[in-house]
Amino acid sequence: MIAHSVFFYIFSLIAIVSAVMVTVSKNTVHSVFFLILDFISISCLFIMVGAEFLGMIMLIVYVGAVAVLFLFVVMMLNVAEQKGQWFSSRWDGGTHIPVGLLVSLIIFFELIIVIGGWKYKPDLLNSLSINISTEVTNTRSIGNVLYTDYILLFQISGMILLVAMIGAIVLTYRERAGVKRQSYVKQISRERDEGVDLVEAERNKGVKIDA
Amino acid sequence: MLSIGLGHYLTLAAIIFTIGVVGIFLNRKNVIVILMSIELILLAVNINLVAFSIFINDLSGQIFTLFILTVAAAEAAIGLAIIVVYFRNSDTIRVEEIKNLKG
Repeated sequence: MIAHSVFFYIFSLIAIVSAVMVTVSKNTVHSVFFLILDFISISCLFIMVGAEFLGMIMLIVYVGAVAVLFLFVVMMLNVAEQKGQWFSSRWDGGTHIPVGLLVSLIIFFELIIVIGGWKYKPDLLNSLSINISTEVTNTRSIGNVLYTDYILLFQISGMILLVAMIGAIVLTYRERAGVKRQSYVKQISRERDEGVDLVEAERNKGVKIDA
Repeated sequence: MLSIGLGHYLTLAAIIFTIGVVGIFLNRKNVIVILMSIELILLAVNINLVAFSIFINDLSGQIFTLFILTVAAAEAAIGLAIIVVYFRNSDTIRVEEIKNLKG
């Protein structure tokens, strides 16, 4: 129990500090690194609390795909180093920093008030649909539910990923000049007359190529 | 203090959510950091869902976390594509210089 608490505080402290560093670091590449650290510590929390499949999926999807995508874009656009841009406020007269901090503090205290005064509704525990079984593993129980009860949502999320992929490709596509590409229609619609030339070859003279 | 309950996880999620919101409000650097703040907010939501799922002993929260993960990945891909196109057109993604929408 003690070890559980100690590890919870360690991981959550790392997560909070790295979330702050994502926001305030001057270098965007450092922000991406701290984002990766944040995801890793939160997935450690997930594994610790018993949702190990989601923890591993967080590692694979966020750290392996999303954060690397961020890193790729940051380095490709060459916007990593922007000196003197730490919350500069010359644009709108400098009012957005205190106002933003005030609004964020209000949001935070509202959330804390909600958590502090929150209780289970009495009949909530009776209205459960899917209990977590202790006999099978977490991954297996998720699979049992995901491919039966939630199969439509699962397929719709696949469609969302497909549409996002098509959208990203269409957005960043551009025609370049001077690229030689294959034209299937031209290849297929070629006739024998324009492709083959029959020449009457004379004896001892040969045939001129590229006449 | 020593036994970790649901409130601890909810507080952690609230802190990370607020940091993400602060990042969106105060950012003047570039749009990529705003996208990262959105990822932080979605991460806080995921923490909430998983914590409730474990402590109420109901698996639905983890299923919904999977779907949020999917949508977050799609959103990051689309957002970064938009940023790349914008950078190609106007050579900057600094927030204070993006005013084509006259907002």
